[in-house]
Amino acid sequence: MTNIGPSVVPMSLPGGRSSRGVSLHVLSVLVENRAGVLARVAQLFSRRGYNIYSLAVAPTDDERFSRLTVVVDLESAPLEQITKQLHKLINVIKITEIDPVDAVEQELLLAVVAADVSSRGQILELVGIFGAKVLDVGLERLTLALADTPEKLDDFTELIKVFGLIEVQRSGRVALAKLNRGGGRGGISRGKAS
Amino acid sequence: MKLTGAQALIKSLEMQGVEVIFGLPGGAILPVYDPIIDSPIRHILVRHEQGAGHMAEGYAQVTNRPGVAMVTSGPAATNIVTPLANAYMDSTPMVVITGQVATSSIGTDAFQEADTTGITMSITKHNWLITDAAEIPEVVAEAFHVATNGRPGPVLIDVPKDVSNQMMDWYWPDAVDLPGFKPTTKGHPRSIQAAARMIKEARRPVLYVGGGVIRAGASGALLALAEKTGIPVVTTLMARGAFPDSHPLCLGMPGMHGNYSAVTAMQKSDLLVTLGARFDDRVTGKLSGFAPEAKVIHVDIDPAELSKIRHADIPIVGDVRSVIEDLIEALDKGEAGEMVQADLTPWISRIREWQKLYPLSYDRDGTGNGLKPQYVIETLSSLTPEGSILASGVGQHQMWASQYWRFDHPNAWVNSGGLGTMGYAVPASIGAKVGRPDKMVWAVDGDGCFQMTAQELVTASAERIPVKIALLNNAYLGMVRQWQEMFYDQRYSEVYLSPDLPDYVKWAEAMGCVALRVEAPEEVAPAIEKANDINDRPVVIEFRIDSSEKVYPMVPAGASNDEIVLGPSYGGAR
Ligand SMILES: Cc1ncc(C[n+]2csc(CCOP(=O)(O)OP(=O)(O)O)c2C)c(N)n1
Ligand SMILES: [Mg+2]
Repeated sequence: MTNIGPSVVPMSLPGGRSSRGVSLHVLSVLVENRAGVLARVAQLFSRRGYNIYSLAVAPTDDERFSRLTVVVDLESAPLEQITKQLHKLINVIKITEIDPVDAVEQELLLAVVAADVSSRGQILELVGIFGAKVLDVGLERLTLALADTPEKLDDFTELIKVFGLIEVQRSGRVALAKLNRGGGRGGISRGKAS
Repeated sequence: MKLTGAQALIKSLEMQGVEVIFGLPGGAILPVYDPIIDSPIRHILVRHEQGAGHMAEGYAQVTNRPGVAMVTSGPAATNIVTPLANAYMDSTPMVVITGQVATSSIGTDAFQEADTTGITMSITKHNWLITDAAEIPEVVAEAFHVATNGRPGPVLIDVPKDVSNQMMDWYWPDAVDLPGFKPTTKGHPRSIQAAARMIKEARRPVLYVGGGVIRAGASGALLALAEKTGIPVVTTLMARGAFPDSHPLCLGMPGMHGNYSAVTAMQKSDLLVTLGARFDDRVTGKLSGFAPEAKVIHVDIDPAELSKIRHADIPIVGDVRSVIEDLIEALDKGEAGEMVQADLTPWISRIREWQKLYPLSYDRDGTGNGLKPQYVIETLSSLTPEGSILASGVGQHQMWASQYWRFDHPNAWVNSGGLGTMGYAVPASIGAKVGRPDKMVWAVDGDGCFQMTAQELVTASAERIPVKIALLNNAYLGMVRQWQEMFYDQRYSEVYLSPDLPDYVKWAEAMGCVALRVEAPEEVAPAIEKANDINDRPVVIEFRIDSSEKVYPMVPAGASNDEIVLGPSYGGAR
């Protein structure tokens, strides 16, 4: 699967709900904010047969640059090849490899769930436990939002599924390396070459 | 100074020192063709845009300077896709300029609109769609910088028609600013030290030399390294001429149709000193069986090549010339300098034995149905002045050319290696002759290839570019025929072309060439001598060759290099 464009992540992850599958790795890619840069990254992945698990794109505080957070599936290719090939793109400035273990990660989930009078109370209870938000209220439905780690999003989805999920949209994760407090490895940044 | 975008574009090319553009005009690029009239840059009008691209490549392959091609939008841009892909595979520096529909029409399926930057994204190092004429000088400077620095390759600049007509204030940038493009050129000293030690310890080392050595202008450094260490050299298809064939340490070409001794030396080696080469499948054969005992030192300007196919024990990112020079120094000084190099005498004598037992050979007095192609190329090589340039198409004739031409100089072999593009020879030889008018330029071509791009001989006649074509007519798509003969039970499917349809002599004459047909062995040398004396127009010699002749040695596809087949001249093997 190569997900590009609107950063959609499948509702349930392959191989169970753990998104910490060993083969997934997060790359935080600083790119020049030029027309077509997303297409270049996406085309590189598809042309070389690398699988993108999720992709999130946003401008940075410096308007010349954007940051892509790409979750790659290392079953398709070794991480080293992927980062080296990415580096060959002229618009790629810096790549930070973030091992999920050493990352702070967040993802946004929007979910429309069936909520009639009998189930609404239970759903709101879960909303409270997870620190989610109710964005919209209909007669028979609720639209919920949760921003948290991908794992928490998985858990939340699993629990509200029983009430009847009508629509789910996830943003794909964004991540930064954990701050170094002496022991942690943090992210490994690779400078440019060729 | 106010200029139109078109004027700024041509002026930017002049600033880059461009001396020739290969191209063909059309609607979207029309404004840019007007200032060409007033420019000192020579424009060569091709007959097909593929020809423009291959000419630019041929020019670059012999000069090590970027070739420039210019074409219009839509179908012209798609016609030049093949040369871009070819140049990308063979790391040939090339700048292609395409016209584009006006910015306001982009995305509307306007007449002759194609998504050129989208189509060429994966076959260029980078491409640019210009949206404001003010960007032109900066983008041109960046484009040449990217094409020629780091691993060389093609780039493309797409110029919408309204941008060409837009007025801008002329400037020329002092420097390019590409924060995401900073190639490493200097090898890491510690890795170089480690490599020097590994070289001194090796008992069966081979210098595995690829096209990167030619692109980096590293032939002189390579010669010094080989002579200093006494390590034998193999030159891949892309590297023919990077090290002289006449040198006693040269083992020739490795790979699917390589010399027995080159292939086998790599197989038995304990150290492959890999210089600007990339472990192409045509070199390695079945990867799991390739050089099983060899450690690998891998030097390349492109970090992504290191350990891509074969694990590198010592990866070194850098310009191969600079790294070789540092390596030579490290062999003399420091820790490695104190070590005594292992004795290579037993290794060299083993190789000499293979060379004696299994040289390249063919059946010289064979009673086939035509000339022996190997004989034609040997004769061509011996009658043509030292330092001449040879271009080639793709197929059997290419392999015979690589095997039987004597390569003694870099940048004198113009061929399509990575992509294997039929039809490369005629336009590439024209570009080569434009780049090196002082050299004699021959192309060895197949009848199949010739029919793909021969029309560029009209360009050559019109522009008085006296290239010489040795057409090896075997009436077949010979390389495919060879595979059908060997691996498909001689079931020949769609490979027959006919020896006399078209009539190559008449066709060449119609294109303004001198044309000769040679059918007997004793006519070969006189015809070549006659062609060598013609300097005012292109010459085509059609050699009627034996259609049953095959290329040997051969490592069958998917087999290990240990399973090399020597061929019938060694007594009936297949
Ligand atoms: C554009 C293109 N189409 C098809 C091929 C596949 N192919 C490789 S060699 C070959 C035959 C070439 O025939 P010819 O030019 O007559 O050379 P010969 O092998 O007979 O010497 C073909 C069809 C190719 N390499 N390039
Ligand atoms: Mg043929």
